[in-house]
Amino acid sequence: MIKIKDISKSFDDKVVLESISGEFQKGKCNLIIGSSGTGKSVLLKCIVGLIAVDGGKVFYDMRNFSDADHDMKAEIRREIGMLFQGGALFDSKTVEKNVMFPLDILTKMKPDEKIDRVNFCLKRVGLENVGKKMPSEISGGMKKRVGIARAIVNNPAYLFCDEPNSGLDPQTSILIDELIQDITYELNTTTIVVTHDMNSVMGMGDNIMYLYKGHKLWEGSKDDVTHSGVRELDDFVFANKVMSALRDKL
Amino acid sequence: MKFFYEVGRYFIFLRSLFINRESFKTYYHLVLEECLSIGVGSLFLVVLVSTFIGAVSTVQTAYNLVSPLIPRYVIAQVVREMTVLELAPTIMAIIYAGKVGSSMAGGLGTMRITEQIDAVEVMGINSISYLVLPKIIASVLMYPLLVVIAGFCSLFGGYLIGAATGIITPPEYIFGIRFVFNEFTITFALIKSVAFAFLISSISSFKGFYTQGGALEVGIATTGAVTNSVIAVLIADYLLAQLLLA
Ligand SMILES: Nc1ncnc2c1ncn2[C@@H]1O[C@H](COP(=O)(O)OP(=O)(O)OP(=O)(O)O)[C@@H](O)[C@H]1O
Ligand SMILES: [Mg+2]
Repeated sequence: MIKIKDISKSFDDKVVLESISGEFQKGKCNLIIGSSGTGKSVLLKCIVGLIAVDGGKVFYDMRNFSDADHDMKAEIRREIGMLFQGGALFDSKTVEKNVMFPLDILTKMKPDEKIDRVNFCLKRVGLENVGKKMPSEISGGMKKRVGIARAIVNNPAYLFCDEPNSGLDPQTSILIDELIQDITYELNTTTIVVTHDMNSVMGMGDNIMYLYKGHKLWEGSKDDVTHSGVRELDDFVFANKVMSALRDKL
Repeated sequence: MKFFYEVGRYFIFLRSLFINRESFKTYYHLVLEECLSIGVGSLFLVVLVSTFIGAVSTVQTAYNLVSPLIPRYVIAQVVREMTVLELAPTIMAIIYAGKVGSSMAGGLGTMRITEQIDAVEVMGINSISYLVLPKIIASVLMYPLLVVIAGFCSLFGGYLIGAATGIITPPEYIFGIRFVFNEFTITFALIKSVAFAFLISSISSFKGFYTQGGALEVGIATTGAVTNSVIAVLIADYLLAQLLLA
């Protein structure tokens, strides 16, 4: 479980996050949703400590991450798997080496164990026979999936995904969503997914936080997201043609 | 003000290079890789430039020493002093900044804007020491070697051109480069090259590491890396000369 308390962040004079609090449950897919530019990625980076917050605290299973010393931080981070919005693959390493990287650094596994684990993870994201390719030689969607494979390779306790299925076709999107869900339930990870895809919201939103211009406007599950009574959230949810058709039916 | 802010940040950057490092074994391979790309990658340019500079210095020195009272071997002696003291360590440093420094800044800058540095950091690795320390160690190991090669090539370039044009015969040239030779100049050149290698690699990495924005800013960081490294090298060159030769 991850708990955040009063997270605030501004860049120069621009306030991006204002006093965001909340809880992200263990063994559940916790979604952060909101339209483009509302600060979802920034919030995610504040939670993992890549961006220094102006105020507020983050707790990982009762461990105070914000006030932790370097060793403690490193220890918590070793339990984190993260997928970045752009994939963030190391472009000097092959796909295989990219996925293997956390194992190389963080574990003492034997080389063939590592290869097995890497192949297993690549297979899970639906990628085979690309292990020897360089990131520049694969498509954007494939990069995303390699990024997921790298995030899950070391069985993380906390999984963060920044828009795991943007840029993917609908079928692969669903596959990726299901994969993230499976891993979450299987390994009992605390998963936080940033998304603005309603399909994902309805598919995996165990616990949803809606951000609007740096504020948390609503919190709930996918069962309530369609009748939240929050106008901004309704606009967001029913911007999708399929969703609005569905509403008319109800 | 901005200048002092940057300098302060640079020293903090240097400090975090050495604290919270990963295991020695992790660095071993990284350093070897960097040595290969830095050393072997720069070899051709270094050989080419230094050979020509040696040859040209010989021709121009000969052109300026017109008096029949001055023996010909003095040409070689002058070329030797210029090469060992300044051409090999300092001119090569400027070339090194242009080639290796810019690629360090560009590489790290790209890693920054594509979130690759964040990806390293989020795994609980000290990204500064993981990504930058190998580059600095490899530079400090390889650059003095490049300087030795440059010095050799430069003297050899002078030898070749002397023999080819008849400005100075091979025996005269060999005599000249050995005449009243002070070994300390070699030590001095090596001290300089270690200092320059450290400055260039750390300043370039610093510039690249803290890139913000997009591709345009990577370009700016790269140019900044070369400019700042060259300035630092020239200042260090002067200070070391004052300190060790005066
Ligand atoms: N390093 C930064 N410096 C200054 N402003 C920033 C920085 N990073 C983000 N911002 C600003 O913070 C705001 C939120 O950005 P963020 O990337 O979190 O949006 P997002 O909700 O993830 O959007 P998207 O869905 O498009 O990814 C934006 O207005 C952006 O301009
Ligand atoms: Mg984003």
